[in-house]
Amino acid sequence: MKRTLFNLFALLVVFSLALTACGGGAAPATEAPVVEAPAATDAPAAATEAPVAAPEEVTITVGFTASQTGAQEVSSKRQVNGFNLWMNQVNEAGGLTLSDGTVVKFAAQSYDDESTKERVQELYTRLITEDNADFLISPYSSGLTAAAAVIAEQNGKLMITTGAADDDTYKQGYTGVFQLYTPGSLYLTSTVDMLKTLDPAAKIAIVNESDKFSTAVVGGLKPYAEAAGFEIVLEEAYASDTADFGPIINKIVDSGATVVLGGGHYPDGSTFARQLYERKVGIQFIGILVAPPDSKFSELGDAALGVTGPSQWEGKATHTEEEANGLGIEWFGPSGEEFSAAFEAAYTDKPTYHAAGGYTAGLLLEKAIRDADSVDSEAVKAALDATNIFTFYGGIKFDTSAEAHGLQVGHSMVVIQWQKNEAGELVREVVWPADVATKAPIFPITAP
Amino acid sequence: MQQINLLLASLPDGILLGFVYGVAAMGLTLIWGVMNVINLSHGPIISLGMFGTYIIFIKLGVNPYLGLFIVAPIGLLLGILIYTVAVHRVINAPHLSSLLATFSVNMIIIGLGTAAFTTSPYNVDFNMGSVTLGSTTLLGTRLIAALASVIATGSLYLFLYRTRPGKYIRAVANNRSAAELMGIPSSRILALSFGLGTMLAAISGALIATFFPFSILSGGGYELKSFVIGVLGGLGNPIGALVGGLALGVLEAIVPAFLETSWVPVIEFGLFILVLLVRPNGLFGAKQ
Amino acid sequence: MTNWQKHIGIIIPLLVIAGLMLYPTITGKAAARETAFTILKAIALASSLNILLGYTGYVSFGHIVFFGFGGYVGFYLLSSQGMSLWICILAGGVSSGVLAFLLGKAILRLRGAYFALATIGVNEAMRAFINNFDLFGGPTGITLNFKAYLAYGGAAKALEMAFYVVGGLAILAIILSYIIRTSKFGLGLLAIRENEDAAEVMGVFAPDAKTWAYVLSAIIPGMIGVLFFFKNGNVEPHDAFPLHASIELLVMVMLGGQGTVLGPILGAFAYQGMRGYLVTSDFFKDIQLSVSGALLLIIVLFIPAGAVGWLRQRFPILRRVLA
Repeated sequence: MKRTLFNLFALLVVFSLALTACGGGAAPATEAPVVEAPAATDAPAAATEAPVAAPEEVTITVGFTASQTGAQEVSSKRQVNGFNLWMNQVNEAGGLTLSDGTVVKFAAQSYDDESTKERVQELYTRLITEDNADFLISPYSSGLTAAAAVIAEQNGKLMITTGAADDDTYKQGYTGVFQLYTPGSLYLTSTVDMLKTLDPAAKIAIVNESDKFSTAVVGGLKPYAEAAGFEIVLEEAYASDTADFGPIINKIVDSGATVVLGGGHYPDGSTFARQLYERKVGIQFIGILVAPPDSKFSELGDAALGVTGPSQWEGKATHTEEEANGLGIEWFGPSGEEFSAAFEAAYTDKPTYHAAGGYTAGLLLEKAIRDADSVDSEAVKAALDATNIFTFYGGIKFDTSAEAHGLQVGHSMVVIQWQKNEAGELVREVVWPADVATKAPIFPITAP
Repeated sequence: MQQINLLLASLPDGILLGFVYGVAAMGLTLIWGVMNVINLSHGPIISLGMFGTYIIFIKLGVNPYLGLFIVAPIGLLLGILIYTVAVHRVINAPHLSSLLATFSVNMIIIGLGTAAFTTSPYNVDFNMGSVTLGSTTLLGTRLIAALASVIATGSLYLFLYRTRPGKYIRAVANNRSAAELMGIPSSRILALSFGLGTMLAAISGALIATFFPFSILSGGGYELKSFVIGVLGGLGNPIGALVGGLALGVLEAIVPAFLETSWVPVIEFGLFILVLLVRPNGLFGAKQ
Repeated sequence: MTNWQKHIGIIIPLLVIAGLMLYPTITGKAAARETAFTILKAIALASSLNILLGYTGYVSFGHIVFFGFGGYVGFYLLSSQGMSLWICILAGGVSSGVLAFLLGKAILRLRGAYFALATIGVNEAMRAFINNFDLFGGPTGITLNFKAYLAYGGAAKALEMAFYVVGGLAILAIILSYIIRTSKFGLGLLAIRENEDAAEVMGVFAPDAKTWAYVLSAIIPGMIGVLFFFKNGNVEPHDAFPLHASIELLVMVMLGGQGTVLGPILGAFAYQGMRGYLVTSDFFKDIQLSVSGALLLIIVLFIPAGAVGWLRQRFPILRRVLA
């Protein structure tokens, strides 16, 4: 009896340990990045291989998850392409050289987060504890980033966030999370400014996705629009997976709104725009988040015409060194034209703001390492805190107060609108602010 | 009475959608009625129907309504396959077994579907124009989908009441052992019923894909709606399912007139639990 | 027979937990702790579900509602009211228990598939409600201010502590499960599982017994919820009430063997171990769900009693050891 028991127990322990080992450590630590790298470059060497000739060259592992699949796929892929472009450029140029002669090269470690928060937390933990990532880049979208930021902060890793605009994440007492995007609460304020010049008597319907990002946008938009004297006739939030906007569109019509502002991310925003068009509701102005600045939005055809959206960066209104000099702020990195040309060469696709954001995340890390003259987390963090630069993407400067540490305060946005060119093709034009606009806004898009 | 206008604008849409929901629920409730199995692979099969439309229309360029004649038989065969592999062995076991067996089919389909299509959203973007009636605009795709749903329901009814296999199905549903004594091949009839149930799910998915975006996971939401409809109309009662579908469609149209749209699922599932507790055989006087 | 031998059935389960809790310390890897945390959480949840499913035969498809609801209540008190984690964990357990009591009075009247459907409805209704409930942050949920970890010695210490707490809760769940199984109350539950009407005739007052089993199966998931959200630092409605996680728990209980103390532990261990492997392997990543599904189907069709049940049937001598 006792012997059977002992055997059984031994068996169980062996079985348990074997399973746990499988579960814990089976994946290869040197998995190649899941993103498609530009063909011109060799895949970077795996990060975990010890540097061969110690002080001369170090490889820094930058970890992040990407939404290769799921709802955030479209924007996330662009962001990752942008980041990889930066990394390949730096590595091809021979890496960064610090003052003590150390050459710093970069390697990316990434996984597919399937656009789910659960996966993000699991995978960031893995990036930190198993893949020994030195620095982290955020996933795409505010919701996923908020989940990743906790893990980064708990483990004391620095994280540069891109594609993550909500304000709240930076008000949770974090000290190592730095935001590249203009905060969500400011996304639609410039659209309101523009609207004031177009039709100060417009009646606004605010219809937004009920996630962190869009809620933050509306949190800033509503008081701003009211202060500007607009009447808000409808406020409605919808779930991220909404497929049928019919009931909401009926409410918009019923409210007598002439302007619709809101949206959320790519899938729901494009669906919303399409259904607004199909139902011919006679809205005069549509401002939607995230979806319109993406090139893919033109696939909606006529439904895209006249739709506006806020953009973090536009190739047609890129920031320049003269602008930086005029402001007396240090310029860093390539020009907008150089970036666009390199991006097109690598991916045969014009960059969108998500791509620019991904690229600039790398650029910012590069700048901070140069300024710190070290790859030590604390030194880089101090350099990020002190950052005040201008790049093709615009200004970058962080709030360093205890209440909102890491919040972006140096960057501004533009408004784009889909218009038709002489050939009748849909093109994205910058319509606001007036000093950088490439075309005057179409208003109203349908006669009242 | 501003609400009246809004209701008038929303109701037609709700009714049209209700027909399509009804077909999905009919598939679920038919299987329950015949063999007391809740088919938890219902949702992924709806998703497969959606991808059926996608492949047929986008990849092959065939009209999605003609495509229904391809989706339906595939749905039928898939159902018969699922029944034979997963359900037949546990048909007399406790409910947990058949629930888990069909759920494992759910996992298998979603896993394979994720590998094939990822979980990213897809769009068919099929345009059939629209009809403006007073203050409301009816989309052509939804009108045709509702019509197709009515035809599917009518055909099912004729099949169940006018053909020999249909009569066998009703006999097996009524009393399986008595039907077996009468020489009805109950295993084959059960397989056929399961096939019909999944066929209806696939058809509803194929129709929904013509106007809503979808992913391999979308079916889950319609599966939950089918539960609600099934319980409203009485589980096991196909005609009740159509009525339940209309009720749900109308509910989804009415509630937003008074509350934020995010309250719709609270009311749906609240009603669902309430009906289960008070009238488990359905609101509309279903069979025992 | 000595007292020690009488309770031999609880020894193996406790040793498994002890092994899991020591494993990260032995290997010294933070990643190992994460793996062990996931398994311990699954063990605690599956063992709790087993109290209802295994002992009374009632199939709850929405058991995760107690994890989400209790977790939300406790996490709200923690983040918005600044209460201590310990009180919040208790509050999470109590609120889940109360919810189960009220729900049980209503829906435990339903039998078979109707009960299963009702539990799905409850989970979905609760999620939709929390989504509209502004006190709990509505759709954007609740985020814990990072400073809250300071009270527990900083984030690193807090995470380590959360790991030992989840181990403690797993032990609690197992002991509870074992006590019920060996008590007269447990015998009554088993009688309900075999034949509810006959059990009533034999003097088991089924409505009360079922309700209490439901309550007991809900308390620990509520406590785990608070702890898990504390560890993750934030919660949103869709990650508090994931229907698929509910069904995964059923799978774990079935894998190991329902109605046994050891079964859910083995099931949770095996399922999480397998999933952890499949999710990160290049080959299986996309079809991991299919592989799990196929495995589940085989078990449901051919070994419905689960691993422990099968061993007990095949080797009666093991019955004393494998409770």
